[in-house]
Amino acid sequence: MSAPIGSYLVVSAILFTIGLVGVMLRRSPLVVLLSLEVMLNAANLSLVAFSRYHGGADGQVFALVVMGVAAAEVVVGLGLIVAMERRRLVLDTDELTELHG
Amino acid sequence: VGSVVFFLASGAAIASALAVVLQRNPFVSAIALIGHLASLATLYILLEADFVAAAQVIVYAGAVMVMFLFVIAYIGPHAEVAGRSPHTWQTAAAVIAGAAILVEVALVVGQTTFTSPASPPTGFGSPQAIGASLLTTYVGSFEIVSLLLLIGAIAAVVLGAGPRPTRVVDERDRRVRAARDAADARTGEPVA
Repeated sequence: MSAPIGSYLVVSAILFTIGLVGVMLRRSPLVVLLSLEVMLNAANLSLVAFSRYHGGADGQVFALVVMGVAAAEVVVGLGLIVAMERRRLVLDTDELTELHG
Repeated sequence: VGSVVFFLASGAAIASALAVVLQRNPFVSAIALIGHLASLATLYILLEADFVAAAQVIVYAGAVMVMFLFVIAYIGPHAEVAGRSPHTWQTAAAVIAGAAILVEVALVVGQTTFTSPASPPTGFGSPQAIGASLLTTYVGSFEIVSLLLLIGAIAAVVLGAGPRPTRVVDERDRRVRAARDAADARTGEPVA
């Protein structure tokens, strides 16, 4: 292990923070999804780092499961964005306050 | 060499994450996210998680990001309403929440004394080891994820398919056409 595990965790925390600020500040649902990916990958980084630290494969399996869940989440999110675009709705998280179509 | 690669890769990961969040153009954000995922794959290789790094590049930087780029190309690059900055209280709340999480993790990491990491067994992070773990200990989660992906695929078809929904423009076209037909019926000859 080239760098101590603490430095991986700090990098993971910084990335998570960047993604969190992006999710809260950006208005385009597309960029919110992209920032969400940054947050999920920050969590994955600490999972893989702990997996290496403990010498077991469990954390890596968990990271792969997170990847699968993220792929499903992206599919549904992008499907919703395309459906909104087809209905000519404004793609702005502050305007989209009603759930009925 | 390892720590140099660590600093380069983590610096690239942080810089590209900032680019994802700060770029106005969603297309540039998506490209920056591909760079972010690639630098994370480098970090995974440093952590001897070879299979996760390969899956990261193939599944994320390949499949998921191609889907993102297709959708951005479909809805156009000017997705965000330009010229409107977020409310200041939203910015303040986001920065405070982010700083709180960062400080918490930094405190916890700083107060914990990590013992030297365990020496990994042979074949650590190899496809064989991960596959054996996935199909024995974690076969339940494996099946749940495959079911989830199936549901996701069906959801994408349901959300994306079907007849084109009525748009405001179509509605106006129909009203114009109906008015023209009514005028035809009155005068007895078609109106140009």
